[in-house]
Amino acid sequence: MTEVSANRPEMGVAAPLKISARNVSVFYGAKQALKNVSLDVSSEQVTAFIGPSGCGKSTFLRCFNRMNDTIDTARVTGEIRLDGRDINSPDMDVVQLRARVGMVFQKPNPFPKSIYENIAYGPRIHGLARGKVELDEIVENALRRAGLWDEAKDRLGESGTALSGGQQQRLCIARAIAVDPEVILMDEPCSALDPIATAKIEELIDDLRGRYAIVIVTHNMQQAARVSQKTAFFHLGSMVEYGDTSMIFTNPVQRRTKDYITGRYG
Amino acid sequence: MREPNAHTVKSFDDDIALLRSIISRMGGLCEAQIVGAVDALVTRNMDAAARVVAEDARIDALEAEAEALAVKIIALRAPLANDLREIVAALKIAGVLERIGDYAKNIAKRASVVAQAPPIGPVIIVPEMARVVVSMIRDVLDAFVDRDVDLARAVCERDRGVDDFYNSLFRSLLTFMMENPHYITPSTHLLFVAKNLERIGDHATSVGEMVHFAVTGEHLTDRPKSDDTSTYLNKSSDDAGFSDEP
Amino acid sequence: MTGFSPNAVLSPDDREPTNWQSARMRRRVEARYRAELFFKLAGLGALLLAGAFLAFLLFTIVRDGASGFRHSEVRISVQFSPQLLGIDPVAASGPDAAAVIRRGDYVGLMQATTAQLGLPVDVVSEGAWLALRRAVTDDPRVLGTTRTLWVPVTSSIDLLAKGKFDLARPAISRGISDRDVAAWRSLESRGLLRMRFNSLFMTEADSTAPELAGIAGAALGSLLTVLVALGLAFPIGVMAAVYLEEFAPRNRWTDMIEVSINNLAAVPSIIFGLLGLAVFLNFFNMPRSAPVVGGATLALMTMPVIVIAARLAIKAVPPSIRDAGLGIGASPIQLVFHHILPIALPGIMTGSIIGTARALGETAPLLLIGMRAFVTDVPQGFASPATVLPVQIFLWSDDVQRGFVEKTSAAIIVLLVVLLLLNSVAIYLRNRYERQL
Repeated sequence: MTEVSANRPEMGVAAPLKISARNVSVFYGAKQALKNVSLDVSSEQVTAFIGPSGCGKSTFLRCFNRMNDTIDTARVTGEIRLDGRDINSPDMDVVQLRARVGMVFQKPNPFPKSIYENIAYGPRIHGLARGKVELDEIVENALRRAGLWDEAKDRLGESGTALSGGQQQRLCIARAIAVDPEVILMDEPCSALDPIATAKIEELIDDLRGRYAIVIVTHNMQQAARVSQKTAFFHLGSMVEYGDTSMIFTNPVQRRTKDYITGRYG
Repeated sequence: MREPNAHTVKSFDDDIALLRSIISRMGGLCEAQIVGAVDALVTRNMDAAARVVAEDARIDALEAEAEALAVKIIALRAPLANDLREIVAALKIAGVLERIGDYAKNIAKRASVVAQAPPIGPVIIVPEMARVVVSMIRDVLDAFVDRDVDLARAVCERDRGVDDFYNSLFRSLLTFMMENPHYITPSTHLLFVAKNLERIGDHATSVGEMVHFAVTGEHLTDRPKSDDTSTYLNKSSDDAGFSDEP
Repeated sequence: MTGFSPNAVLSPDDREPTNWQSARMRRRVEARYRAELFFKLAGLGALLLAGAFLAFLLFTIVRDGASGFRHSEVRISVQFSPQLLGIDPVAASGPDAAAVIRRGDYVGLMQATTAQLGLPVDVVSEGAWLALRRAVTDDPRVLGTTRTLWVPVTSSIDLLAKGKFDLARPAISRGISDRDVAAWRSLESRGLLRMRFNSLFMTEADSTAPELAGIAGAALGSLLTVLVALGLAFPIGVMAAVYLEEFAPRNRWTDMIEVSINNLAAVPSIIFGLLGLAVFLNFFNMPRSAPVVGGATLALMTMPVIVIAARLAIKAVPPSIRDAGLGIGASPIQLVFHHILPIALPGIMTGSIIGTARALGETAPLLLIGMRAFVTDVPQGFASPATVLPVQIFLWSDDVQRGFVEKTSAAIIVLLVVLLLLNSVAIYLRNRYERQL
């Protein structure tokens, strides 16, 4: 048994389906990094991917916005559908896909431009604002939603790289939000941050959960437990178990999942 | 079902082993207390009874130790899944064992009183009931240490026998009291002793349920209640003793 | 899988505790200190040796070239007589005044004036009459008046005034005739000579007379040539680098191209001269000796350098920036122009400036395409004949006239100063680049 679908909802109505992946495999040259993974990601929910290093969780995450395309030797098979449409089909514009599916990276990477320009860049290149006033509004909204407005509103012209680590990461989240995505992918967003900054980001994720589908890859199991509603455990390229977070962490079905989360690595 | 592989961080295993050993020791003490109290009752030995009463302090101390250790493990190790269930179960079991110890102390106290009155017949049943209850405690704690759900479930079934003992003792004591009114005081104490033992049996059963949940993550289905004293009415009296079981 | 048992660690009981204070250890430490001292001294020695060579070079050049920036002038009293000049005073204030003035016989006036000095040899420079004409052109009212002017002397007098001859030696081996020496002494004693900054050196083009020769022509020629070279090599080089780094697939063809470009950067520059000769001059029939051809040839030479520098700069852009750009949905072109090039630009410019400095100092390829002609005019545009500073230096160094010795060294000083400035700009940019990221 290689997968357990999310058929044990804890309460109420199932959240709307956003991304569905079926039999996804990723090859780097001859080496298979991801083996036949199928799972669903729902809107208004945080889904966490956990697992040891090299288990394929980041690789899988990067399939959702086709970032693996930038790697020459990478080959993706299987089907990934966003709102029902196959994202790997030739008539899906990858540039627009990446606006709809935003990404926040492990090390905060603001552009070496001003705070305002960092946020405004995305809407500008996608033509989302019809004038400076509208662009200003988008920037302010994004910064507010990311919880950075009060700290940044008097420093919009300063370089984005002058902020602290936690602020930079929130800036990157604001940058992703500014293009009004539907899904936000986060690849270990807090691993470079101190506990206070981490807590602020986790709070932010909680806030954002209502508007976006969020998928977060994390090494930190406690973070996955705190932040997500659904968790998938990956090991050696396969998805071992996927279910409600509370069940995964109190009573997982698979032996490998149990060993990993209780710290029995052998 | 054993966990064959250990935690990567060995000191975590050491902590859990320590917690289990405290529980085991508490269990051993409880068994000894029950046996000692019932012996004191049957042999009418007031000194033995007094010793049992004093020994209860050790069980209380162990419970405090177990609780502190469990809290420390939760804070420092952030246990998950089966580890978490086991720690929580250990915490609850320590509390239950402490209450069992209190029941044993209570039996010893009543033994002192009963010893001052002439001996009464139905006291014979008590040691047998105590034996069953002690074996239940031993087995259920073995089940906890070995993570043996089958043994735990078996223990839960044995509670029926304890309840039967209690029912028969209850009836015979009532009859005895009706026939020997001047023995009502010691008989009433004996009734309470029987009640304590029956309650110990119930507690052992609930420990068995905790063990089941700790190992499997699922609850045992409702356990059978065969204590029918609340439904029994003596034709010559209006009210029978109500069991405080729901 | 076996667990890691702490008891399996090598127990340190097997080893003797190390005695760090023993004689053997102390000897090791001393040997190490000696080796480090030797290394430091060797490095310092190499540095000092290189510094000595450099100091010697600079000293020699400055000693020889400093005097090139000064020249001697002689005082003459000029009577701007319209009759001698052959200028009609009426016409000189009429509508056609400029042309009339220009046609005056200033050479004759100069000859007449110098005759007054009473010396058997020419002491005034053959181009000094231009000063007379300039005086009248600037202010026609001097016509009919007598003015005192300072004009440049001949090279012989100039060199005598600068003490370039060893007068103790006999006339045959001295290099200067007795009459020139007598003339100079005469002028000196009459207080008619002065030494001034040689502005002609900066404003005039090449000339047969050393006292009139200047680097303006060569400097402007260098500038035009380098502009053409940079204007061609920079866009092509940067775009090639962008394509190779960002868009080209990784296959055998692109590998071959990369190897070829790296090798091109090491090809001797004279080969590019041959290429320019064959292609630009013989095939395309472009004007010989013009900055456009020289620039094109130098562009061929500079482009591989720029491509290599640009590729390195683009490779050095952190992948996190690419990830961020791609993640927000930038297209490949937007990624290049909005993110990668701005960050790589300082590195690209450093490489370009270094390539340009190299191009500025090139002589061989330009000689081959004909920029060795004797060009007396400052170039008017990209297609007019010109020469460049290094070639000018080469030509002057070859000239028999003694006056050109100091000019050669002075021109070398100018070239070195320009190169120093360019390299300083490159270093400044590189430091800013390192600080920014």
